[in-house]
Amino acid sequence: MQVFFSQEGSALIARVKGEVDLSTADRLRQELESSLEHARAHILCLDLEGVSFMDSSGLGVILGRYRRISQTGGKVVICRPQPQIRRLLDLAGLSKIMDIVEEEPQEYLRKAGKE
Amino acid sequence: MPKGNGEVLNTVRLEFLSLPENVGLARVAVAALAAQADITLSELEEIKVAVSEAVANAIIHGYGGEPRGWVRVTVNRLQDGLEIIVEDDGKGIPDIAQAMQPAYSTDPERMGLGFAFMQSFMDELEVTSEEGRGTRVVMRKKLNPSVTTA
Ligand SMILES: Nc1ncnc2c1ncn2[C@@H]1O[C@H](COP(=O)(O)OP(=O)(O)OP(=O)(O)O)[C@@H](O)[C@H]1O
Ligand SMILES: [Mg+2]
Repeated sequence: MQVFFSQEGSALIARVKGEVDLSTADRLRQELESSLEHARAHILCLDLEGVSFMDSSGLGVILGRYRRISQTGGKVVICRPQPQIRRLLDLAGLSKIMDIVEEEPQEYLRKAGKE
Repeated sequence: MPKGNGEVLNTVRLEFLSLPENVGLARVAVAALAAQADITLSELEEIKVAVSEAVANAIIHGYGGEPRGWVRVTVNRLQDGLEIIVEDDGKGIPDIAQAMQPAYSTDPERMGLGFAFMQSFMDELEVTSEEGRGTRVVMRKKLNPSVTTA
């Protein structure tokens, strides 16, 4: 699992690649936490296009970041999850509380900025 | 011997220490055996999630994250499906019915979805456990009957 970060205004974009399970979830949590702290971002865009596998350990990390960021009025957007991961997000109820979009992060932010 | 219907076509048994990196190993091994059957990609994904959940539970909850426990995974490829057994000799589950409820977790950082995923992605799920002795999870999934070519 690898995470690549970039910042776009008040949004932090995290591109995740590989498999997110018990062996990688802690590292994902730590990397997201320290980058969020550093970037003081209001929006976290999680680009999951490159994630080939995820289980409940990964969903727990996403929910944890959502809880934290929404305390300060921010939000989490999930971009381009693979169909099997989209299904897990739905089953877990995360698609009810977060935006899940098919655009890549920059495109999403561009559109959101225009509204 | 497996309880599912149909003749056993193949069996794979894995035993490993309760280390997080072994979750992926178990998942790949089970998927490789499952792929010997006539199986769709989405069925394969479902099996991978179910195995990850059961093995992760054995490691985190059964052994409390300690890397010194043994986890055993047995996969039986049956004529009409797949049977996966995940066992640990860890602390056990005091109340199985409660543990299996969606969103129930003894860890505030977790979502309590593992059993719910095993339940939705497999056709049968049986959990037996004894406090202080360990837990055994048996999951079965029906697959297209294998055509035996003689
Ligand atoms: N092998 C096991 N040994 C001991 N306790 C277990 C075992 N498997 C599950 N449990 C107990 O059952 C509870 C529910 O398990 P489940 O997998 O549904 O949720 P979780 O592991 O807590 O969260 P998630 O799977 O979403 O990360 C656990 O919190 C734990 O208390
Ligand atoms: Mg679990």
